[in-house]
Amino acid sequence: MSDDLTLTSVTKTFGSFTAVDDLDLTVPQGSFFALLGPSGCGKTTTLRMVAGLEEPSAGTITLGERDITRLKPYRRPVNTVFQSYALFPHLTIEQNVAFGLHRQGRKKVDAEVARMLELVELGGMGGRRPAQLSGGQQQRVALARALINEPDVLLLDEPLGALDLKLRRQMQIELKRIQVEVGLTFVHVTHDQEEAMTMADTVAVMNQGRIEQMGAPEDLYEAPATTFVANFLGQSNLVPGKVVRGDAEVLELDVEGTRLTADVARARVRDGAVWVGVRPEKVYLSHAGEEAGDDDNRLHDGIVSDVSFVGVSTQYLVRMPWGQELTVFEQNTGSRDRFRPDDKVDLHWRADHTFLLDASQDATAGVDRVGE
Amino acid sequence: MSAATQLPPAPVAAAPAADVGEGAGRRGWTGYLLLLPGALWLTLFFIVPTVSLVSTSLYDPSGSLATGYSMTGHWQNYTQAISDYSPQILRSFVYALIATVACVLLGFPLAYAIAFKAGRWKNLMLVAVVAPFFTSFLVRTLAWQYILGDNEALVSLLRKVHVLGADGYLLDTPFAVVTGLTYNFLPFMVLPLYASLEKLDPRLLEAGADLYASPVAVFRRVTLPLAMPGLVAGTLLTFIPASGDFINSELLGNPRTRMVGNEIQDLFAAGDYPTASSLSITLMAAIVVLVLLYVRRAGTEELL
Ligand SMILES: Nc1ncnc2c1ncn2[C@@H]1O[C@H](COP(=O)(O)OP(=O)(O)OP(=O)(O)O)[C@@H](O)[C@H]1O
Ligand SMILES: [Mg+2]
Repeated sequence: MSDDLTLTSVTKTFGSFTAVDDLDLTVPQGSFFALLGPSGCGKTTTLRMVAGLEEPSAGTITLGERDITRLKPYRRPVNTVFQSYALFPHLTIEQNVAFGLHRQGRKKVDAEVARMLELVELGGMGGRRPAQLSGGQQQRVALARALINEPDVLLLDEPLGALDLKLRRQMQIELKRIQVEVGLTFVHVTHDQEEAMTMADTVAVMNQGRIEQMGAPEDLYEAPATTFVANFLGQSNLVPGKVVRGDAEVLELDVEGTRLTADVARARVRDGAVWVGVRPEKVYLSHAGEEAGDDDNRLHDGIVSDVSFVGVSTQYLVRMPWGQELTVFEQNTGSRDRFRPDDKVDLHWRADHTFLLDASQDATAGVDRVGE
Repeated sequence: MSAATQLPPAPVAAAPAADVGEGAGRRGWTGYLLLLPGALWLTLFFIVPTVSLVSTSLYDPSGSLATGYSMTGHWQNYTQAISDYSPQILRSFVYALIATVACVLLGFPLAYAIAFKAGRWKNLMLVAVVAPFFTSFLVRTLAWQYILGDNEALVSLLRKVHVLGADGYLLDTPFAVVTGLTYNFLPFMVLPLYASLEKLDPRLLEAGADLYASPVAVFRRVTLPLAMPGLVAGTLLTFIPASGDFINSELLGNPRTRMVGNEIQDLFAAGDYPTASSLSITLMAAIVVLVLLYVRRAGTEELL
């Protein structure tokens, strides 16, 4: 039984504003799918359409063979953990959690409710009202209330946003475990790229109502398809360049007069002007002109402009001769030289860590949203 | 308060104690000062009249306004009043009950519509609900005499479509009295209901739908319980004054629709103060008992 959740050309407009724009999405049954994107990009709106709380302006949503685009929310085998919790204030925690089961006509639910409350570490709080719980506890009730129904698809709208780091990590592991155990399809919306990458089988990066890129976390990270993904998911150095020659496997590039190479596998464009990209942690520094290994790509004569020590690594800003500042993260292994501001350095990285992006895209797309 | 008691002991023992004493004293006085106007008001306009009413109800009925009354603790006034007027008391409660139910049936959809569906018309609709208060209760009830009149459009229409017989009528019937009560007390139902529904977060309704509750189930399990305080307040504000009302029966009813209010009014007018008072007290006591039973049933003891 393949009950994949599929959104086909789904669009949602509010008046003249397009919140979700011609979205295509397939969430394989039983997968942990993360929807990642900046605030206001349409994540909640997408979930609401899957839940049936918002009707798409165009497009179809199917669950397996079944078209659920216009199905009433209470008839969908879909539950939501709401961003605002939306707990029933007049019901106790137990009654909140039992609500879905009762509505489906189940009578004896006490044991199940107790087990579920245990699972979210709220055992013994079942008799309280939502107003008597902390924000994080309320969030866990919202989670339990949806999870207990074991729906075909569970929609989680930033379900861990209010938790402190420790509890957050704990719940991430717990969520992942439950998902694997019961084999539910999870669609998890988050701002937190680390959370998305550690938990999800598939990550979709969304921007302004569209999916920028979708795939396994490693693929998105190592071979971003757009400047937005390159900047939003981690950090990237993007240097303007030009493809000067290429064969089926390797492309030769010109970057400010320096020859670099890149694998075709990570090239989104294969000729003309490109953004030459590399992740800061893939780059290492050597004193200018110094012979340093046989890395394929090397940019000369940068000047260290800023050094910040962050414990596990040191972050350098290096000003290049053409004025651009590039970022380099060096692991503090202790076996590498430390550099100081104004040191002259060369930047090295492996050719197959280079990715090439369409030069017509904005190199700063997604940048200022990092860390939000 | 508990935070204050957990503070570590202050280095100088005497000074803080004095501070605390003074602070507590000032706080205490402010509370009493704030209570004062209300307490005075209640004493003057509620306690004094009630005491006077109770004592009047125990006067010897052989007296009169002209000759004066003597206080004889004549409790038989009560048995007399109850045995003479129990049909009117019962009728008052039945009419008030029907009117209250009608107010709920009319008022709930109206309050719901204003709270959730009115959009930018919300304020206008609220004003429309309150607008009748700009004219007097009496005049509005007189207007219903006209609306329900035998030769007016409504009755003609109902005769034509055979809801009423060829010589059927509406005015001077129990129907007219209950209609008048319903009309007059509807705003007292709508306003508290609106206040409750307005506070209801629509996202809770979505959460209900998401958790397999059909619209009917959402209404029963989420909307209604959360609107309960407004519903209880509204029914009390409707039922209590409607039970004591006499204008509607006077203007829209006939001698067989007389309510206890009419009898009390007539007794006072006739100068039979002891019977009028004991009947008033009986009505008051009956209402208090009914309200207590009702509020307990509705599970909103916090209101009391
Ligand atoms: N009912 C509505 N009417 C008008 N505009 C809306 C409505 N709901 C959402 N929007 C707009 O649609 C866009 C997407 O909203 P959405 O709630 O999906 O964002 P999001 O990605 O979930 O953001 P966040 O991460 O902050 O929760 C926003 O610009 C928002 O203002
Ligand atoms: Mg959102």
